[in-house]
Amino acid sequence: MINKILNLGDSALYCDFGQEVNKEVNSKVIKYFYSIKKSNIEGITNLTPSYNKLIISFNLSITNFKKVKKEIEMLNFDYKNKIINKEIQIPVCCEDSFSLDIKRLEKKLNLKSEQILEKFFNKKYFCYMTGFIAGMPFLGDLEENMRANRLETPRVKVPKGSIGLTEQFANVYTFESPGGWNIIGNTPLNIFDSLNESEPNLINAGDTVIFKEISYNEHKNYNE
Amino acid sequence: MSIKTTMSNSYFELIRSGINTTYQDKGRENLYHIGIPYSGAMDNRNFLLANKLVNNSLNSPVVEFAYQGPYLKYKGDKISIAVTGDVIFKIIKNGVEIIGDCYESYQIESGDEIDIISTNKTIYGYLAVGGEIDVKFQWESCSINTKAKIGSNNGKKLENNQTIKLLKLNSNKDKKKLDYINSKVENIRVIKGTNFNYFSEEGKQNFFEKKFIVSKLSDRMGMRLKGNKIDNIVNTNIKSEGLVRGVIQVPPDGNPIIMLSDHGTIGGYPKIGVVASVDYDRLVQISPGSKIKFTEIKLTDAETLFKLYEMDTDNLLRQI
Repeated sequence: MINKILNLGDSALYCDFGQEVNKEVNSKVIKYFYSIKKSNIEGITNLTPSYNKLIISFNLSITNFKKVKKEIEMLNFDYKNKIINKEIQIPVCCEDSFSLDIKRLEKKLNLKSEQILEKFFNKKYFCYMTGFIAGMPFLGDLEENMRANRLETPRVKVPKGSIGLTEQFANVYTFESPGGWNIIGNTPLNIFDSLNESEPNLINAGDTVIFKEISYNEHKNYNE
Repeated sequence: MSIKTTMSNSYFELIRSGINTTYQDKGRENLYHIGIPYSGAMDNRNFLLANKLVNNSLNSPVVEFAYQGPYLKYKGDKISIAVTGDVIFKIIKNGVEIIGDCYESYQIESGDEIDIISTNKTIYGYLAVGGEIDVKFQWESCSINTKAKIGSNNGKKLENNQTIKLLKLNSNKDKKKLDYINSKVENIRVIKGTNFNYFSEEGKQNFFEKKFIVSKLSDRMGMRLKGNKIDNIVNTNIKSEGLVRGVIQVPPDGNPIIMLSDHGTIGGYPKIGVVASVDYDRLVQISPGSKIKFTEIKLTDAETLFKLYEMDTDNLLRQI
């Protein structure tokens, strides 16, 4: 259940699922997201699921906080409802010119780059949410000894396709953007396609992601 | 009301594109969850008024500019145009300059030029043309989001020497005029945010009592403020969560940032407040270097005031 519902300004509901960040809590958020999306409650203009929160934006010309809150509380919600998720493989090249922060991570984590990459590739990731920039997936969880903070000074430009690590999460920069995550590689795969309006995101919340290491040549000659 | 139009080969040549000149309409919805914000015209009231003045349907694409507008040369059949906001512009007909007034429509003929010199004390202005601009729609909106490269013009700002093509022209080119002044405010009403209690007593007091200065590092994504630092006593980071237009985040340096129409959809800084919807149109117009002051408002009052603001906008539209 939602722990509490607050207002975020006059045009959004802030649904709080607690402080914990884990798959179970996040799966609840995602299930709520899909249920509300299907419900067609009048005036809702946007839904933003994240690790443990769901923000519901609405059009104040049509409805208000009280009305939407009541509708959400009355919503017939089925926890057994399964999330339809896919497993996606992402090819990643960790050649020097792509792994911009591997040296920094070696020092920070006190691990050799081979160890970092081995831990990184040997894992299945869960997509908690997408956003910040269009289509960017937030993937978890990295092992405890793989967790590093953001760069002290964020980069003005992180190249498109960069794979970043921060805290317990990995992400993919879907296009060139400012950013502060520790970059360890690059994928030639297009993760966000704005021309595909019905399915712009390759990875959606609830999906499973596996990273597969590829060589520089494979990256260069990659054909989707 | 259906609007009568005729097909057209008319176009504007952009001799100077201006600063941050984009096509905008009311923006796009239901895409926060994949990381795409509303975008759309920053100042919704001036966007609607511009369209009404040239007899367009209210959600028609318009040209939005910031600080300096475009210099355009027109080729084609007679058309009406209007500029809204607090804008200085002139129209040049056969070498004769006419000083333009905002909130008034003008008839433009082939060879005429429009020089949108600058906004006066505000940031955004709008140019509407009576007809249909040739734009591309993505998720039912032409709004250009230069960060995500979404929308018309390949998601890029308009550039020097490109053209603005018109697919159709409105048949009705009657002179329209509205008696209205785009007032500037510095007092912005704010509803307390979900992390209001993360901040020190002094910080909370400063937030609602002291003035802030709008920084130059402000754009369609966000407005950065400088002033008395707001001390965080709980945690300068929260687990990343959704943002909405008008959210005021406070990063570790203690200087608030207000999320505007092209904002990133997720953020990890504590939210001290959210700008009341009634004040959003006026907020976005506060230019760098200006002072801004926040006043607390309760949710129910914010709702009532928004209804009144909407009624006021409807009244203005009816007067045109």
